[in-house]
Amino acid sequence: MSEQVISQTSSAEPTKKVPIMSGVGLKQHYPVKQGFMKPMGLVKALDGVNFSVEAGKTLAVVGESGCGKSTLARLLTMIELPTEGELNFEGTNLLTLDRETRKELRQRIQIIFQNPYGSLNPRKKVGSILEEPLVINGKLTKAERKERALNLLQKVGLKPEHYDRYPHMFSGGQRQRIAIARGLMMNPKVVVADEPVSALDVSVQAQVLNLMMDLQQELDLAYVFISHDLSVVEHIADKVMVMYLGKVVEYGVTEDIFTHPQHPYTRALLSSTPRIDPEHRIEKIQLTGELPSPLNPPSGCAFHGRCEFANERCKVETPILKDQNGESSVACFGIDEHRLPYINR
Amino acid sequence: MTETDKSLLVVHNLSVAFGTHGNPFKAVDRISFHIEEGEVLGIVGESGSGKSVSSLALMGLIDFPGRVTADELRFKTTDLQTLNEKARRKITGDEISMIFQDPMTSLNPSYTVGDQIMEAIEVHQGGRKKERLAKAIDLLRQVGIPAPESRINSYPHQLSGGMSQRVMIAMAIACDPKLLIADEPTTALDVTIQAQIIELLLKLQREKQMGLMLITHDLALVAEAADRVVVMYAGQIVESGPASEIFKAPKHPYTQALMNSLPESSKGKDRLNALPGVVPGANDRPNGCLLNPRCPYATERCQVEEPGQLGPLGRQVKCFYPLDESGRPTYE
Repeated sequence: MSEQVISQTSSAEPTKKVPIMSGVGLKQHYPVKQGFMKPMGLVKALDGVNFSVEAGKTLAVVGESGCGKSTLARLLTMIELPTEGELNFEGTNLLTLDRETRKELRQRIQIIFQNPYGSLNPRKKVGSILEEPLVINGKLTKAERKERALNLLQKVGLKPEHYDRYPHMFSGGQRQRIAIARGLMMNPKVVVADEPVSALDVSVQAQVLNLMMDLQQELDLAYVFISHDLSVVEHIADKVMVMYLGKVVEYGVTEDIFTHPQHPYTRALLSSTPRIDPEHRIEKIQLTGELPSPLNPPSGCAFHGRCEFANERCKVETPILKDQNGESSVACFGIDEHRLPYINR
Repeated sequence: MTETDKSLLVVHNLSVAFGTHGNPFKAVDRISFHIEEGEVLGIVGESGSGKSVSSLALMGLIDFPGRVTADELRFKTTDLQTLNEKARRKITGDEISMIFQDPMTSLNPSYTVGDQIMEAIEVHQGGRKKERLAKAIDLLRQVGIPAPESRINSYPHQLSGGMSQRVMIAMAIACDPKLLIADEPTTALDVTIQAQIIELLLKLQREKQMGLMLITHDLALVAEAADRVVVMYAGQIVESGPASEIFKAPKHPYTQALMNSLPESSKGKDRLNALPGVVPGANDRPNGCLLNPRCPYATERCQVEEPGQLGPLGRQVKCFYPLDESGRPTYE
């Protein structure tokens, strides 16, 4: 009994939980042809990204199109290998492993795509879509595979008779459920969800989000939730990572980021999200201009051209992600120099 | 607000049917609404609710085998139904114009944006090429495109999504329309760009005193931008009224469910309040009230009888038991 008390008090101390998956200095650079006789350009889709996600928790990656969030998803699932950096899964660096072990481990990381109309093969029945990963990777017999598929169909709220149907016979929400079931076939520990509900209607979106949260609790999944919809992120995420042009500009606990966003870009994003309740609205910060071309990124802080607080230093020096108060970090000179007004929502 | 002789657009019992005469599928089912000058009317609904089809019907863009019928379809003093195609086209594109959802595919990739804007001016207003060019440049400036003199020679692929949508808006306002229909104008765009485009649309609407019909699935967007709101479900209007009233105290269970299913409404809760089921498709529309299989408050009456539009003009709801201030149904 006394031992238990001791162990409880010791666990209450801020012992850092070991993340199930983490990345250190991830870079992905793509060479691009710019035309005949012209030098090759270099698109820095990801430029030094660190992240970590714990089992049973959700890390949300937020940003506009072109900020590198989908590239990050491709790296995590090893659809592509990064140009540089470390990708750790349960303490081992996946990138230094030999092919066989890597193949073994990457089964534990699965992905759900945005558009359930494009991600399911229209010529295959739901059953064979679900069993395909088992056929490729597993050693299960046909009967065992079917049992597992039926089991997961039920888990995502579909019926056994759906096993023999084709994708076109389902609505968008049901298709996304099938895609989720397929993602769970290999018993993953990390699920990367790339805009999983953006293609769905509001009422269906809520159903799918509820399902995802239930599954997370039941199976202790870690989610990397990629989205541009901040109201969804606020609901589902434990931590949020805001990206801009291949770099992380702010990282922290969801509540902190939503109650007092620090980086000017995060503030602009939050204020641009429409809200029903007038009390939830904050003063709109209109960003001028658009995301600059990643082929030819601005010098210094990539955001300086659209930032109302930018000064000479921002145009020359590149800010790095700095710890603020333990949990959150932000890459902005304005914050360092206390030039920005404090926002509390 | 109720309709008058001065209303910009009056629609009475507009229906659009597809399929055979024996077994028609009503994509839009007897909807009535009106827009005043200088007013923003928001039309919200999920996919399949008929919001886009109704706007296409207004523009006269529904082709065979679609069938458009209406008791009244009046733009200012003109009855749109009696016009022949040529006369109607004089109005649409000139006095009524439209912006579509996906700016990337709405522009012709083989022509410069200048050519495309100038075409709209040429068809409706004529004038010399020099004047048209000057006007096109001025339009691009109005919609906030930097360096319009050089941008006018750009091809659509050289523009970003936000820029293309600005060009679409320039084209739509080229002939100073009285009514602008914007069908999901920002759905394909990022949030910060969405905020810019909506701001631009509202600014132009105020300056030119246009009527703006904003069609979208985004409730929050409508709550922020529209004066009045029409909520559609499965081809029918289920609720209409001033935006401030609808979003403060919705009277129809569907509006309430839509609002509740937004993450914003479930702050601090584990689960979202999802509405079970999906919007009924072409062949599985129920009898009675179309919402009854999904409605938490449905009674036996809802399964057999179709409710009419109840309530005072300007704040109507298609439900037997409209919700009260506290959000509970009012059973007799």
